[in-house]
Amino acid sequence: MAERLLSVEGLRVEFKTRDGIAKVIDNLSISLDTGETLGIVGESGCGKSMTALSIMGLVPIPPGRIAGGRILLDGEDLLQANEQRMREVRGNEISMIFQEPMTSLNPVYSIGNQIAETARLHEGLSRADAMARALEMLQAVGIPAAEKRIHEYPHQMSGGMRQRVMIAMALACKPRVLIADEPTTALDVTVQAQIFDLLNDLKEKTGTAIIMITHDMGAIAEMAQRVVVMYAGRIIEQAGVTQILTDPRHPYTQGLIRCVPHLTRNPTVERPPLLEIPGVVPALSQLGSGCAFAPRCPYADAKCRAEMPPSRAVDSGHDVACWLTEREAAA
Amino acid sequence: MTDSDNTQSRQIDEMPETPVEHPFRQFVTMYMRNYAAVAGLLVFVVIVAAALLAPVILNVDPFEMVDVPLLPPGESGHLFGTDNLGRDMLVSIIYGARVTMAVGGAAAAITLIIGLSIGAMAGYYRGWVDEVLMRITEFFQVLPPLLLAMVLVALFSPTLETVAIAIGVVSWTGVARLARAEFMRLRELDFVKAARSIGGRDRRIIWLVILPNALPPLIVNAALTVGIAILFEAALSFLGLSDPNVMSWGKLIGDNRDYLLDAPWTVTIPGVAIFLTVLAMSLIGDGLNDAFNPKLRER
Repeated sequence: MAERLLSVEGLRVEFKTRDGIAKVIDNLSISLDTGETLGIVGESGCGKSMTALSIMGLVPIPPGRIAGGRILLDGEDLLQANEQRMREVRGNEISMIFQEPMTSLNPVYSIGNQIAETARLHEGLSRADAMARALEMLQAVGIPAAEKRIHEYPHQMSGGMRQRVMIAMALACKPRVLIADEPTTALDVTVQAQIFDLLNDLKEKTGTAIIMITHDMGAIAEMAQRVVVMYAGRIIEQAGVTQILTDPRHPYTQGLIRCVPHLTRNPTVERPPLLEIPGVVPALSQLGSGCAFAPRCPYADAKCRAEMPPSRAVDSGHDVACWLTEREAAA
Repeated sequence: MTDSDNTQSRQIDEMPETPVEHPFRQFVTMYMRNYAAVAGLLVFVVIVAAALLAPVILNVDPFEMVDVPLLPPGESGHLFGTDNLGRDMLVSIIYGARVTMAVGGAAAAITLIIGLSIGAMAGYYRGWVDEVLMRITEFFQVLPPLLLAMVLVALFSPTLETVAIAIGVVSWTGVARLARAEFMRLRELDFVKAARSIGGRDRRIIWLVILPNALPPLIVNAALTVGIAILFEAALSFLGLSDPNVMSWGKLIGDNRDYLLDAPWTVTIPGVAIFLTVLAMSLIGDGLNDAFNPKLRER
């Protein structure tokens, strides 16, 4: 098997809370190839963003703690790397864009300066060269009149434009992995589509692999080739995007897909109620020995509540961690 | 034209045209819009100019007794009158401005450097660093500032340097607390996370990413601190705890306080000078606050 660009193996992250140790990420393994987009889906608090921060080496320690596992970038374990090496990695090899474009740009610097900063930090470019790079990046992310807007400040731009600037900043050093943490959640639907197009476009041009973190199944359908579904810090289902969307096996994945509202051409007075998954993600410090989803699962039985289901392949490249599939296989 | 070009040109139309001006010019424009701040700046410039040019324009010794003591203002060509020893008040005020501005500025700078360093570290690193630095801050907060300053000046020689350092040492706690609060608020913001995610080191994040955002309240505070330091210096020299060989406004008030009822100008003129200077500093602080905030520029 060819060397993976990025692979996370058995990652475990714990947080110390007042109620005890919370296993924020439990035995997580994902991998990513060049030019691939991996979607990570799940509700708030299921460990998606913490996965991103772990890869960036930005988990707040304390109260956080990396309890185990490896994060391999081209075979180099980032968890063993020192802070200086991590600073070289961040922004240069792995970059990140954040959910809130309104707050993720520094209000006191012009956008050109902020993009140039990445290039200056990592490539030691002169001021003029870095600004030239910034201009190039602004043009690449489709900012109109870039040579004029480069001197503008974040507050002079709309949300979509700011997210483009964020993307330009993240890609300024042509990183090999881009982590997008809910990059479109705060944006209008039409702008969302533009950002997706832009990311796909840039991925094709530069070969940057993307980890797309979202709770929006629509975004997954638009962007990802492979999908990881997370619940309470664990991967519960992992498959290609078509398999996930057409044949979801885990009750939680099925629930997530049913939650997406559908457009009807002729809305009648009588509209079917939107389905939801009852309950909320449990407190991570209070997980029992059973499946974390069992309290909310319509199919849960005694075994589900007592024992954690192992992950098993139900199809090629389709893994599910659910006793239900075990039962089906046995039947 | 391709499809993507179309969406871009549509977006141009949607966005309001904002003229791009040089940031410094915007800053000046915003400051100039605040008339009170402009007035404060004028007063400040006049005082600083007087202080700097005193030896050039006057070239006399402020301690020289030139006339009868306690002459009222305007008499015998003494615009501000004379003091208890027959020294020209105008000359004293102008020379006093030198000491006042120098000590005020130096003390404020010391205050800012100590307070900002401690507050920034505590607010950024949190944890045990914060605990230790805040306990130190509290220790300085519970000591009566004037008393501590008097002790420091009395322990060491009463020179202007000692006075400035003493004032700085007793008044940095407020700046530290303010800086800490700002850093604690700002460190959680996404752009700080973003700065870390592009590989910035702590030093860069503290001084170049967070500090410029924390500046507006600190600058207002710094301007006020200059005012407070001036008052402090006046208080110390009023009590005789300053360099007796230099003329200062507080010393003028202290020397002449016995003649308050007979020759009120000997006390009120330096008092008014102190008042105007402190007022000018707070107006300047206010104007700087407006001008530093880029969001206000749009209004």
